[in-house]
Amino acid sequence: MSKFLENTPLLYLDGVSVAFDGFKAINNLSLVVEHGEMRAIIGPNGAGKTTMMDIITGKTRPDHGTVLFEGQDLTLHDEAQIANMGIGRKFQKPTVFENHSIYDNLLLALKGSRNVFQALFSTQSTEQKQRIDEILAVIRLENRRDTLAADLSHGQKQWLEIGMLLAQDPKLLLVDEPVAGMTDAETVETAKLLREISKTRSVVVVEHDMSFIRDLDVKVTCLAEGAVLSEGSLNHVSSDPKVIESYLGR
Amino acid sequence: MISQALFTRFSLGARVLIISLCVVAILVPAANLLLPPEHFAHVPSHLLPLWGKYLCYAMLALALDLVWGYCGILSLGHGAFFALGGYACGMYLMRQIGPRGVYADPVLPDFMVFLNWQELPWFWQGFDQFWFAMLMVVAVPGLLAFVFGWFAFRSRVTGVYLSIITQALTYALLLAFFRNDMGFGGNNGLTDFKDILGFSLQADTTRASLFAASALLLALVFVVCQFIVSSKLGKLMQAVNHAESRVRFTGYRVEHIKLFAFVVSAMIAGIAGALYVPQVGIINPGEFAPANSIEVVIWTAVGGRGTLLGPIIGALLVNGGKSYFTAAFPEVWLFALGALFVAVTLFLPHGLMGLFKQICTRFNKRSATAAKVTPLMKPEAAE
Repeated sequence: MSKFLENTPLLYLDGVSVAFDGFKAINNLSLVVEHGEMRAIIGPNGAGKTTMMDIITGKTRPDHGTVLFEGQDLTLHDEAQIANMGIGRKFQKPTVFENHSIYDNLLLALKGSRNVFQALFSTQSTEQKQRIDEILAVIRLENRRDTLAADLSHGQKQWLEIGMLLAQDPKLLLVDEPVAGMTDAETVETAKLLREISKTRSVVVVEHDMSFIRDLDVKVTCLAEGAVLSEGSLNHVSSDPKVIESYLGR
Repeated sequence: MISQALFTRFSLGARVLIISLCVVAILVPAANLLLPPEHFAHVPSHLLPLWGKYLCYAMLALALDLVWGYCGILSLGHGAFFALGGYACGMYLMRQIGPRGVYADPVLPDFMVFLNWQELPWFWQGFDQFWFAMLMVVAVPGLLAFVFGWFAFRSRVTGVYLSIITQALTYALLLAFFRNDMGFGGNNGLTDFKDILGFSLQADTTRASLFAASALLLALVFVVCQFIVSSKLGKLMQAVNHAESRVRFTGYRVEHIKLFAFVVSAMIAGIAGALYVPQVGIINPGEFAPANSIEVVIWTAVGGRGTLLGPIIGALLVNGGKSYFTAAFPEVWLFALGALFVAVTLFLPHGLMGLFKQICTRFNKRSATAAKVTPLMKPEAAE
């Protein structure tokens, strides 16, 4: 079994298609993400990047194709089950619990029981508090633990959401446009943060910001019209005539 | 240790409320029973059930707030759970009448004799036992809420669509309970109650006890709600309210969280209904009217949803106002109520509690800046 797991890629998409009212948002898409790999996904608007994430996280069911996570069929599970299997997702628009403090945001995300009745009577352990402190340090929000998430800047909300993903302790992080609306300094910090995270888990980043992708320095997949257009190092992909034609050239 | 942990969960306002409810539960009955009628602090007997009724409404508003204010589920059919609890209690009170009814049947209530029924329907069995009836007071609304919520939340029905279905639910029950064949007294409902647990409902002592029970149970339900909303589950309920998808992608079953809140809320509404019926002396299908459920929403909005104190204050104020207005200017009451709801929605989105908080922060800020920047000027009084 362990032998099998070692040989199985973490995430395996093959021949995946989905259509909305006849429009093929994803068209015969295949993608493999290995254990411990960080992958950047680029592509023009409407290329199917977010839809791909919807399929992986169970929000959208594919019409055809195979979607496996550690060899398990993701199309048989819903969002909550997939999240508990070890896939965390950051949305394009930062989505945090605005009416809760930063500390509570992390507490709710922290890996552990998801049972309603246990939540009613749960108390915090010292380990949990320590873990939250660690994450607060990683996302650089130690001094603002009691601040309401609503009062954070846009960039800080993005970080808090990444911190909530870390608290979930996923094997795979899907990160949708993490640096949109960030200052240059924040963008550099975010690249650093993601590289740090990718040391212990797999990360898939969707992003438009090419300098940010360059900072990440990882394998790049370019999507267009719901399928993989090109894959490889950033230099390889950005010199691909098809990519220049459909994405970079414009 | 547990009591200490509980105590730290309460804000100053919550402690004041709990203590005042306990005090009211003692003082008001005492002022009615012990003081002579000519004494200035004497509470006349007719006010006891009226005030008791307000407390039941406050409990109903608290129940609605748990789902609407905290979990974001706007139920426009909470009156249904209230009425079901009321009917369960009413059935017990009917069985207590025994042979003292107009037709003097030892078992069958009058309306059944009138309809020529020969024996008690199966669903009336057991209601001669107080404990069984009280169990049904929470079990029936809880079960209905569970089945309804199970389908609605699993299918991810939210927002106005859910509100409309809850409205349809209470309307369907209204029509069903109007039918004589249902076996709940049809149009007339259940009334002519004689006694509860062997005590006459007409006696001042019974009325005073029912009032005290309403106040104490409201305090108890408040404590339970406070426990729920300050637990991790309560935080999850508020998280569902603001970012449902994030909760789901964090691995929680949103439908379970909503279902828990909805069922607990329906049970509380049932208890409120059960306290209401012996005090007003009747329960009929009119209690299922959609307008009743909408009124509960108004009380909650006026007091301030998302706080546990707000809905209680809102229910007491609006109903107090209703009693005054419907006596003084009966024709304008509905307009006043409508105008109140529009005004609160437009100008006080967080209700009276929100206004109170705003005034407090403004006053604090003003006195702080006044002290810092212009130490010579006197701080102005808060508006």
